[in-house]
Amino acid sequence: MGIFTKTVSAIRKGLARTREALFGGLSALLSGKTLSNDLIDEIEEYLIKADVGVKATNAIIDELRQAFESGEVQKGEDAIEFLKNHLKSRFKQMDRSIAKSSTPGMPTVILVAGINGAGKTTSVAKIAKSLRDEGRTVLLAAADTFRAGAVAQLEIWAQRLGVDLVKGEQGSDPAAVAYDATEAALARGVDVLLIDTAGRLHTQKNLMEQLTKIRRVVTKKIPDAPHEVLLVLDATNGQVAITYAQEFRQAIDVTGIFLAKLDGTAKGGIVLAIQDALDIPVKLVGVGETPEDVEPFDPESFIDAMFEG
Amino acid sequence: MFENLSDRFNAAFRNLSGRGRISEDNVQEAMREVRTALLEADVHLDVVKDFCDQVVKEAMGAEVTQSLKPGQEMIGIVHQKLIELMGPVEPGVMFVDPGPTIIMMCGLQGSGKTTTCGKIAAYLKTRGKNVMVVAADLQRPAAVEQLKVVTEQVEAEARGNATVSFYGEPDKCAEYGQAVGVAVGVCQRALKEARANKTDVLILDTAGRLHINDDLMKELEGINRSIKPQQIYLVVDSMIGQDAVNSAKAFNERLEIDGVILTKFDSDTRGGAALSVKQVTGAPIKFIGTGERFEALEEFHPERMAGRILGMGDVVSLVEKAQEEVSEEEAEAMAAKMAEGKLTMDDFLKQLKSIRRMGPMKQLLGMLPGVGSALKNVEVDDKQLDRLEGIVHSMTKPEREDVKLLTRSRVKRVAKGSGSQPADVNKLTKQFDMMSKMTQQMSSMGPGGKMKAIRELQRTDPNLVPGLKGMPGIGSARGSTKTKSIKSSFKKRKKGK
Ligand SMILES: Nc1nc2c(ncn2[C@@H]2O[C@H](COP(=O)(O)OP(=O)(O)OP(=O)(O)O)[C@@H](O)[C@H]2O)c(=O)[nH]1
Ligand SMILES: Nc1nc2c(ncn2[C@@H]2O[C@H](COP(=O)(O)OP(=O)(O)OP(=O)(O)O)[C@@H](O)[C@H]2O)c(=O)[nH]1
Ligand SMILES: [Mg+2]
Ligand SMILES: [Mg+2]
Repeated sequence: MGIFTKTVSAIRKGLARTREALFGGLSALLSGKTLSNDLIDEIEEYLIKADVGVKATNAIIDELRQAFESGEVQKGEDAIEFLKNHLKSRFKQMDRSIAKSSTPGMPTVILVAGINGAGKTTSVAKIAKSLRDEGRTVLLAAADTFRAGAVAQLEIWAQRLGVDLVKGEQGSDPAAVAYDATEAALARGVDVLLIDTAGRLHTQKNLMEQLTKIRRVVTKKIPDAPHEVLLVLDATNGQVAITYAQEFRQAIDVTGIFLAKLDGTAKGGIVLAIQDALDIPVKLVGVGETPEDVEPFDPESFIDAMFEG
Repeated sequence: MFENLSDRFNAAFRNLSGRGRISEDNVQEAMREVRTALLEADVHLDVVKDFCDQVVKEAMGAEVTQSLKPGQEMIGIVHQKLIELMGPVEPGVMFVDPGPTIIMMCGLQGSGKTTTCGKIAAYLKTRGKNVMVVAADLQRPAAVEQLKVVTEQVEAEARGNATVSFYGEPDKCAEYGQAVGVAVGVCQRALKEARANKTDVLILDTAGRLHINDDLMKELEGINRSIKPQQIYLVVDSMIGQDAVNSAKAFNERLEIDGVILTKFDSDTRGGAALSVKQVTGAPIKFIGTGERFEALEEFHPERMAGRILGMGDVVSLVEKAQEEVSEEEAEAMAAKMAEGKLTMDDFLKQLKSIRRMGPMKQLLGMLPGVGSALKNVEVDDKQLDRLEGIVHSMTKPEREDVKLLTRSRVKRVAKGSGSQPADVNKLTKQFDMMSKMTQQMSSMGPGGKMKAIRELQRTDPNLVPGLKGMPGIGSARGSTKTKSIKSSFKKRKKGK
C-alpha cells in the first residue's frame, strides 16, 4: 500500500498543465499524413529535441522504420498508435507508489536527495502537504546544513504547512540532524519523517559518502528505514541526468525519482531516457513552485497525455 | 560504443586509408559521428545541424581530402570551429562612470543566480569595487535570507578592502505569485541607496522563473525599464538539456542579455549548452561556476570548453593545476628525465602525491582525455593512493629505479610487504611502464604531436592510475598557458566545503 491515495483524475488534471508542452506537437506533425522516410526523420528530430537522448531515440526510430518498411505502419495515425504503444512498452511494470513502513506504529522515513538546485526542498514541501492533507502527521528534517538559507527555506515551508521541523546548526553534521530527527519522529510517534538534504554533485566523493552516512544513521534507528529514498531530478537537465542518477543510486539505493520542474521543459523526454537507462521508477512529478504542484507519475496516462496535445 | 570522438573519427575513416581520397560522402559519414557526440553533450539539434554544415563546407574546401590522416584533420577543424563559435571571450565586467554599474542576474529556477551574485561580488571586491547586492527575489522562501548570508560571507571572507553590502526588504516577501512586480520598487529603492553610498556596482538577484511565464517575464522587463541595468547576465545550469535554446532565446528577446554565466561545471557535464546558448543569443559567455563557494568562479576559455564538449578532456586546466603543485625546477627536472625515459618509481610516487594535493581526484581525472567516462566505475581515492604508496615503499631502491628488476619472486615479496596482491604490483609496474613510454614520446614532440600522443592515451587502458599522465612533465611548453585568475581560484577551491 502506497502512501498517496490520489485518483487518476487528479493525475490527468496535473498532466493537463504540462500536456501541450509535451509531445502534443507530435500528433500535429503526424495527423492526416502518410508516413515517409522524411517524416520519420522529423519524428527523430522531435524526440532528440525532447531530450529523449540519442540512444533511446535510435532504438525507437529503428523499430518504427522497420514497421514502416514492412508495411505495418503506413499512415500518420498508425505511427501515433505505434509510438504510443512502443513508448508505453518501454516503461516496465513497477510499483510507483510511495513505500510505507510495514511495522505498525513506526514512522515512514523518506530521504530526499539530488544535485544542486534540482528542487529538493520544494519537493519535500509538496510531499509534506499531500500527506498532511490526507491526515497524516509529518515531521521535516532540515539536514541541509551547508547552503546559505537552506534551513530558513524549509522552516518557512514548515510554518506555512503547519508541520513540525527538526534542524541543526548551520555547518553542523547533517547526519546528526537526520539522527536527531529520526529519534524525534519515534518519540513523537509521527506518521512520516521527510529528510531534506543539501544539493551535491555526483562528482564529489566526500559529499556522496556523507549522504551514505545520513542513510546509515537512519537505518541504525529504524532497521527498515528509509522506506523511500527519492532522487529529485531536474526535468530540464540533459543527458548528464542519467550519469548522476546512476551515481546516486550507488550511494544511497534510490528507490524512486521525483521529477521536478516538468512544467519548465517543453518536452520531458528525459523521463524516457532515464527509464531506458535505469531501473528506478519515476514516482512523482513536480509541475510548479507551489506545494500543490505535485502529482503521482503514471506512464500510461503520461504517454497518452503527451499525444493528446 | 565509442569512448570519444577521435575513436569515432578513426572508425569513420578507417575503410579509406590507403585509397588516399575521400569524398563528400566520407566527410558526411564522419560528421554523423560529430553529430552524435554533440547531441550527447546536449548541444541543441538545430545548432548541431548548423555546425555540421559549416564544418562540411570548410572540410571540403580544405586539405582534408588530400590529407593522409583525414580523421585527425577533421578533428582539428571541428575543434577549431567550436572554439570560433563559442568565442570571442569578453572577460571581466564593464563599468560605467559615474557609477553605480548595475548588473542584473536572471534565469530559470535553481540555475545558480543567488550563488553567482556572491561570486561576482567577491570577484569585484578583489578588484577594489564597492558592491551592493540586492534581494529582488521576493518569492522563493528565504531567498532574501540566503542572499544576505551569502553577502555577509563575501564581505567577511573574500580578499580585498572594498565593501560588499546587502540590500533587502524581507517584509515584502510573499507566497508564490503574490508579490509579482514588487521587486521593481525594491530595486528602485536599492539604487537610490547605492547612489547615496557611492556604490560602484549594484547587483540585482532576481527570482528564478520560467521563460514561458509571461507575468514573471514582464516583471523582469519592468525592472529593466525602470532601473536600466548596464549588464544583464543570464545564469544557465550547464547540465541543461535541449531546452537551453528555448529559454535562452526567450530571455534574450525580452531583455537583450549582455552575457551568460554557466554554472555547475564542477559536474561532469559535457556542457553543450555553452555552444547552444552562445549561438542563439550571441551574447558572450562571461564566467563559469565551478563550485558552491564564492571563489568558484572562472573566466571562460572556449578552447577548453571545445575539448570538453568533444570529450577530449580539459588538458590545459589540468596542466595549470599541476603547475600549482610542482615547482618550475621540479617540473623541468622531471621533464628531462621523462624525455630520456629515465623516470623512476620514486618520481612516479612524487607525481602521485602532488596530484593528490591538487584536489578531488575525480574532478582532476575527469579533465583527462578519455578518462572522464571511464571513471564512472573507478574510484581513485586517497586510500588507493596509500596502497600504491605502500607498494612502492616495499620495493628496494634499485627496484624503484628499474622496475625490470622485479622478477616474480620479488613481486611476491613486494606484495607481501605492502599487504597487497602480486596482481596489484604487476598492474602498477605495467602502468608505470606505459606512462614512461608515453611521457617520453610526449616530451619529445611539438605541440601538434602532443595532441596526437594525447589521443593515443585515450586508447589505452582506462583503469589508469592517477598521475599516469605525468602532466607536470609536459611542462616545457606550458609557460604561456598560465592564467592568474584560474590559478588563484583553484587555490581557494582546494579548501572545498
Ligand atoms: N517551475 C518549477 N520550479 C520548481 C519546481 N520545483 C522547484 N522549483 C523551483 O526551483 C528552485 C530550486 O528549488 P529548491 O527546492 O530550493 O531546490 P533544491 O534542490 O532544494 O536546491 P539546493 O538545496 O540548493 O540544492 C526554486 O526556485 C523552486 O521554486 C517545479 O516543479 N517547477
Ligand atoms: N556545484 C555547484 N553548485 C552550484 C554552482 N552554482 C550554484 N550552485 C548550487 O546550486 C543550488 C542553486 O543555487 P542558487 O544560487 O540558489 O540558484 P538560484 O538560481 O538563485 O535559484 P532560484 O532563486 O530558486 O531560482 C545551490 O545549492 C547552490 O549552492 C556551481 O557552480 N557549482
Ligand atoms: Mg534545498
Ligand atoms: Mg535565487
